[in-house]
Amino acid sequence: MSDPASTSVVRARGLRKHYGGGEGLVRAVDGVDLDIAPGETVAVMGPSGCGKSTLLHLLGGLDRPSGGEVSLHGRRIDDIGEKALARMRRTDVGFVFQAFHLMDELTAVENVELSALLAGVSPRAARRRAEDLLGRVGLTDRAGFLPSALSGGQRQRVAIARALSNQPVVVLADEPTGNLDSAATLDVLRLFESLHDAAQTLIIVTHDARIAATADRLIAMRDGAFVDETRLTGGTTGQLGALVGLED
Amino acid sequence: MQQEVVLAMLAKEPSYGYQLRARLRDALGPLGDAMNDGQVYVTLTRLEKAGLVAVERSADGADRSDRKVYALTPDGQQRVAEWIAEVRWPRPDLAEFHLKLIAAAAAGLADPLTLVDTQRRELLRRLRDAQRAAMAEPDDSDAALLLEGVVLRLQADLRWLEACEQRWTVRRSGS
Repeated sequence: MSDPASTSVVRARGLRKHYGGGEGLVRAVDGVDLDIAPGETVAVMGPSGCGKSTLLHLLGGLDRPSGGEVSLHGRRIDDIGEKALARMRRTDVGFVFQAFHLMDELTAVENVELSALLAGVSPRAARRRAEDLLGRVGLTDRAGFLPSALSGGQRQRVAIARALSNQPVVVLADEPTGNLDSAATLDVLRLFESLHDAAQTLIIVTHDARIAATADRLIAMRDGAFVDETRLTGGTTGQLGALVGLED
Repeated sequence: MQQEVVLAMLAKEPSYGYQLRARLRDALGPLGDAMNDGQVYVTLTRLEKAGLVAVERSADGADRSDRKVYALTPDGQQRVAEWIAEVRWPRPDLAEFHLKLIAAAAAGLADPLTLVDTQRRELLRRLRDAQRAAMAEPDDSDAALLLEGVVLRLQADLRWLEACEQRWTVRRSGS
């Protein structure tokens, strides 16, 4: 680990993803450089079609770039074989999607333990870990429920527990609150805050301002490129009163 | 501090200054941190001069502001009733920012999208603070409800900025 870049959990250089060609060429991701520090929560915001979901897929090895580099934990993933990539996705990355993507025929705890079982963890250890994770997302009493018996917010919390099951180096979340009402959104916000406090590295792609506002760093994306980047920490404490007309 | 707010805090019963401040603090939570105790007493003195509040000295005769008991006079009660019944709502001032974008683009002074990005950053910082404050409140807190209002308004402003972003992106690529 002598490479200084290996201090980044996620690193991208000149990352590109183009579709089609000629007149119809779409530059979904067009020259992105990115460094995510351990324990950092980063939100990527932008209008639909700006390339933010494609970016997330490239960072998590769900899709191959047209050019440029991606490294996770100091290891290049853009030039490795399919098998190695699939293994990396199982062990290093936790995914959270807008539509939850739970297995309908499996209970909550079975959904959570599945990826640990696939990674070769013993059934007993996998079950114990899944139960711990369900406790962490506040769903111990729902462990035996099928997804269809859970609310949207509960399903997303199961999905987040599943994303954590292999202790990933990074959790990648694509519009995690896109299908949730405001109370369920708040549950997911609290959960992400607790992950942040536990130093879990987290990248969230969203256009929900509430979830973006929980990030340490915010990246605005347009037409496949980063156009603005800012740290949200530091805040505005003291100005809150002005928002409700208590100060002028 | 708005006079009517201080008056309304006395509507329940005559109170010591510190009781009145505690009521405000419970209602406002962290948003009340900006409130200056001195301001409350300045307002009470004004209200007393205007005949809306009457002051009783405490039994020990001390003249310290927080040892006095404040009560609404009949005029004060009348004023509170009118204030409660008034229909008013804070006006959002969006026109200024809107005109800023138009002027910046027309005169080539700045890229409207950069202005949108800068504004969004600021609003997201506020949203972050309001949200954290809301999450730190217990479920039954009155202040949490106020903070939810702040969060919802900021979300609305941020959605409008998104609309601004879309429009000015189209304009820029169209020109």
